[in-house]
Parts: sequence; C-alpha cells; structure tokens
Amino acid sequence: MSPENYLYLSALLFTIGACGVLIRRNAIVVFMCIELMLNAANLALVAFSRMHGNLDGQIAAFFVMVVAAAEVVVGLAIIVMLYRSRHSASVDDASLMKL
Amino acid sequence: MESLIGGLVAAPLLGAAVLLTGGRRLDRSGHWLGTALAGLSFVFAAVLFFDMLGKDAEERTLTSHLFSWVPVEGFQADVAFQLDQLSMTFVLLVTSVGSLIHLYSVGYMAHDERRRRFFGYLNLFMGAMLLLVLADNYLLLYVGWEGVGLASFLLIGFWQHKPSAATAAKKAFIVNRVGDVGLAIAIFLMFTTFGSFAFSAVLDEQVAAGAGQATLTGIGLMLLLAACGKSAQVPLQSWLGDAMEGPTPVSALIHAATMVTAGVYLVVRSADIFNLTPDAQLVVTIVGAASLLFGAFVACAKDDIKKSLAGSTMSQIGYMMLAAGLGPIGYVFAIMHLVTHGFFKAGLFLGAGSVMHAMNDEVDMRRYGALRRHMPVTFVTFGLAYLAIIGFPGLSGFFSKDEIIYAAFAKGGTQGWILGGVTLLGAALTAYYMTRMMLLTFFGEKRWQPDAAGREPHPHEAPRVMTIPMIVLAVGSVGAGAYFSLGERFAHWLEPVTGLGHEEAPLSHGMVSLAATAVMLIGVAGAWAQYGRRPVPLVAPAGRWVTRAARRDLLQDDFNHAVLVRPGNYLTRGLVYVDHKLVDGVVNGTAAAFGGLSGRLRRVQNGFARSYAVSMFGGAAVLVAATLLMRAV
Repeated sequence: MSPENYLYLSALLFTIGACGVLIRRNAIVVFMCIELMLNAANLALVAFSRMHGNLDGQIAAFFVMVVAAAEVVVGLAIIVMLYRSRHSASVDDASLMKL
Repeated sequence: MESLIGGLVAAPLLGAAVLLTGGRRLDRSGHWLGTALAGLSFVFAAVLFFDMLGKDAEERTLTSHLFSWVPVEGFQADVAFQLDQLSMTFVLLVTSVGSLIHLYSVGYMAHDERRRRFFGYLNLFMGAMLLLVLADNYLLLYVGWEGVGLASFLLIGFWQHKPSAATAAKKAFIVNRVGDVGLAIAIFLMFTTFGSFAFSAVLDEQVAAGAGQATLTGIGLMLLLAACGKSAQVPLQSWLGDAMEGPTPVSALIHAATMVTAGVYLVVRSADIFNLTPDAQLVVTIVGAASLLFGAFVACAKDDIKKSLAGSTMSQIGYMMLAAGLGPIGYVFAIMHLVTHGFFKAGLFLGAGSVMHAMNDEVDMRRYGALRRHMPVTFVTFGLAYLAIIGFPGLSGFFSKDEIIYAAFAKGGTQGWILGGVTLLGAALTAYYMTRMMLLTFFGEKRWQPDAAGREPHPHEAPRVMTIPMIVLAVGSVGAGAYFSLGERFAHWLEPVTGLGHEEAPLSHGMVSLAATAVMLIGVAGAWAQYGRRPVPLVAPAGRWVTRAARRDLLQDDFNHAVLVRPGNYLTRGLVYVDHKLVDGVVNGTAAAFGGLSGRLRRVQNGFARSYAVSMFGGAAVLVAATLLMRAV
C-alpha cells in the first residue's frame, strides 16, 4: 500500500476539520475539529517520515501531540468558564470585541 | 527754549495718563488737573511765542531732537520737533482755544459722572494735536494724526450708551481710516522717492523738483486724500454731521476749531510739494470749492443746531482748502481764516452748548425762539461770533474771507472767475444759514416744548465758568481779523514758511469787499424774509426736493450706501458663501470621505471568531496557492 494514500486521508481529515471549524457554532465541536486538523497534520508528518526513511517527521509529530495536549487543557478550561458565565457554548455569542 | 517744546506736548499727555489711570480718587479734582495742564501748555506756548517774536524772521525756527525712534541704516525715524511760525500759529490756537474749552467743560460736564475720563480724553486730544503740528517729519506727524483720530473717536462716542453716539464714533473712525491710508501711502512714496520723510529733507523746492511730475502729483493727491478724511471734505465728508453726537465742547474743540483743520495744515505744510504740481493743486481747489458749497447747502436745511454748525464748519474748511490750493497767494489766508474760524466757530459751538444746556438738551432750532432775553451773555457772544462768520465789515471773518475771495479771483482766467463766484455764493449762503440760526434761536416767538420726560424748559444763563470762555472767544472773533490784517501782519509773520505770492485780480480789493458785503446782505435779507417776518412752524414743512435732499446731507449716506456699503456687503456675503461651500466643503468632504471609509473597514472587525478563521484559512490557502504557482512557473 503506497504511502500516498495516507496523504490523501490526511488531506481529507484536514479539510473536514477546517470545514467544521468554520461551520459549527458549538465550541466543543469546533475544538474537536481543531484536534482533527492537528492529527491530520500528524498523519501527514508520519507518512512523510516513512517516505523519506528518517525520523524527522515522527519527532515533529511528537511535538505536535505535546502542544495539542497543552492546548486541550487550556482550551477546555476556557470553554468551561465561558459556559459557566454565559450558559452557552456558542462561539458566535462570544463576540464582545465587536463595536 | 528748545526743551519747552517737549514740555508743550508732554503736559497734556501727562494729564491724560494721570486722569485715565488714576481711578476714582481723581473724580473730584481731575477736571481741574486737566484744565491746569492744558493751561500750562498754553503758558509754555506763550513763552515760546514771545521768545520767537524777539528774533529775526528768518531765524525763528526752533528744532528739538528728543531721541531716535527707529535708527536703522537708511531709515531714520526720529522723535524730533520743529517749531516755526506755522507750527506756532497752530500751537497758540490749539492751546488757547483748548484751554478755554477745558474750562467751559468744567461747567458743561458738571453733572456727568464720567467727567474725569472726559478730561483725560480732552488732554489726550490736545497732546496728540500738538504732536501733529510740532513733528519735524511725516512719520511723527502720522502718530499725532492717529492720536487725534483716536481721541475724536473716544469723544464722539463718549456717551456710548446711546447707540447713535456709538455708531457715529465708528463712522468717524472708519471714514478717517480711508484718509489715513492716503497719508500712509504718501509717506511710502516720499520714502521711496526721497529716501526720507523728514520735513528738512522732503520740503525743499530743489529736492522735490528732482522727483518726477507723476510722483509729485501722486504724493500730492494722497496727502489731499488724508486731508479730506481729517477735514471732512468731499468725498470723505459724511462723518462730520454724525460726529455732533459727542458732547458739545468736543464739537467746539475737535470738530470745529482744531482737529478738522489738520488737513489744511497738512496741505500748507507740504506747500513745497504742491507748488510743483499744478494738477494736485487744481484738485485741492476743486475739493475745497465742492465742500464749500456742499457744507453750506446742508447747513441751510438742517434744523438741528449742531448739525447746521457742522455743515458750516465743512463749508468754512472748504474756504481754507480752496485757498490752500491756490498756492503761495492763498496759503497765508487759508491759515488766517483757519485761526479766525477757530475763534468764531468755537464760540458758536460753545454758545450752542449753552443754549442746549438751558433747553434740556433740545437741539431742534424750531423749538427755541426768543432766547435773547433769557440768556443775554450767550446771545451777545453768539451774536458777535455770528457777525464774524458772515463777514460783517470790521470783524474777523470779513478780513480773512475777503482775502480768500480776492485770492480766488486772482487765480486768473476762467478758473479765477468760477472760484471767485463759488466763494461769493458761499458767502451768501453763510449769511443765510447763520442768520436763520440766529433768528430761530434768539428771536421770534417762544416755541419751547417739554422734553421726552415731560419737563418744561426753564432757560437760564450758563454758570460763569462757561460764559467766560464764550466771552474770550467772542473778543477773539471780533478783533483777530483786524489785528492780523493791519499792515499785513499775519502775512509777514507766516511768509518765511509758506511764501507769499501777489497776483493782481481782475477786481480790486475794494470791489471784492463790496461784492462780499453785498452778497452777505442778500443772504441776511433772504433769511429774514423767510424766518424773521413770518412765524416759524414747529414742524419743518416738507419743502422742495432740494431742501429734502439737503436735509438728508445731499444724500451722502445714501450714496455711500449704494456705492460702497452695499457692494461691500455683497462681496463679503459672496466670500462667506464661497468659504462655506467651497473651502469648508473640501475640508469637510475629505474628513467625511475618510470617516466613511473607516466605517466600512470597521465592519470587517465583527467580533465573530469564525469569520476571523475564514480570513486565516483564506490567507493560508492564498499562500499555498501562490507557492504552488511559483513552483509551477
């Protein structure tokens, strides 16, 4: 099985994630879509690593995972606080910066 | 002796400074301080005069250099005085009449709570006027010129709570400004032509002859414009009648005896320039003749005693101006008439003030009548001044006016006949309007009316402090002319400064005097027939169109309105419109355009996280696309 198929899958996942970020209003879902995009990128990195026969891509994937874990902690905390204060998790409600 | 000249100017200026800054504590003594300083100035003048008489005619000029005002390379402006016979004549007139009028004002303004300020202004006027006539260069003269203009403005508008007085003051100031521009331009022209504006440098036949004819005529005409403004001559005459809104002593001092004659002084002082430019001289005579008739016509029709006297002043200054335009044959007589006029016109104004004082400030002559029994001193002094102004044989006006009429005939040719005719006509009109004033005020039936507050007038003679100046001026009106004319005393006195020309007129002196007396009698008879024999109606009859026009000052204000004010209004309105629409439009439009643009741009920042995400993804997509595109190329 050629590694290109992994790349196609990665692109597909990334697109689904991006569309989810743009379309969905629920912050949790948007958050999950962002995770999906990160993991799509991880998949691509690992696939490239395999294609080139070195470990650079895999190392980069580990970095992404660490960053994603930290991001989940902060992001979920923000979402929980937002929900508590506004009783809604809609990203469109949090538009206070608008004049 | 030289240092006395400075004191002459300084005394009244000191008085003005003290009185105007001294505050209320001077309220009770200030008027005596002002009068004393004016008198001190007169004493200085008298000392200088007798000192001058002791010298030879050619060595009488005194100069006094005070300090360098603007010492710049190629531009020397000094504060320096020059006292020659011409200045001396003016100094004596200004200080003597000025002191008398200060004294008169003590009584006249007795009930005015701002009397201290009034005396401060009077002193300011005297100081400025002395500066004007004593300056040894045109720039310092200009300072005095503006100073008397300022004092005139302040004094015309002294009762500024009356809107008419405030307006009259502004009118006088603005009309005078037109003339002042002329003086400024004349000084500029002198400086560019001669490199100086000192009398000693400019007023020299040889130096002046070095300039082109056109330049000289230009300087002459600009000086004349200045003289017209200050002396209320056609075409800048419109302010004088309204200036009568000021207190009567002001009218006597400033608008009859002294300031309004500054124009004549300017022309006579600049004789060396005018002698070389016949064109400008001709214009001076024309202006004089026109003002002479204009003022006389207005004076004939006015019922307001002060406005009638104002017309008369304008007319008499027209005589002086006409004489000054005749050149060396006229200068001396212009100044002589100026001095005699200073006496009798100041006397007439003070008499008018005394009458107004007695009649609850009524100015309409139709409401006077029969005052001679109630105010004998005023009647006699006014009557003597009246006889002097109409040129009754033997009194001042007779001598000075006849000399001017003779000089006008001596101009020669058609011009001489025309000018002579105009002066004779003026003499007849003078006799007419003055007789009319006399009859309306002192003779006939009582036509007294209660004033606006319902008080009946109770005419009484003025207090002594007011009658003494009137008596002194009446003596001057009677005697000055004969004294000056005896052995051509005045002519020889002024000759070293102005020169003295002799021309033979087609008529002899005797014939001129006879003709002048004859037209004077015609004028008197005309007024007698109209106002002496018949009862005078309380309200002026409508009259013919000439009378109506003369009552409206020969439509001078309508003319100024139509020719100057209205176009000026339209111009400013147009400029305001352009300013609002065009200038403001561009500025506001630019601002509005940027405002609108930023409003549009602001919408992009809508606060929705998802729309920011779109722009991020879009930007990333564009970057990727661009990278791929570059690869492909």
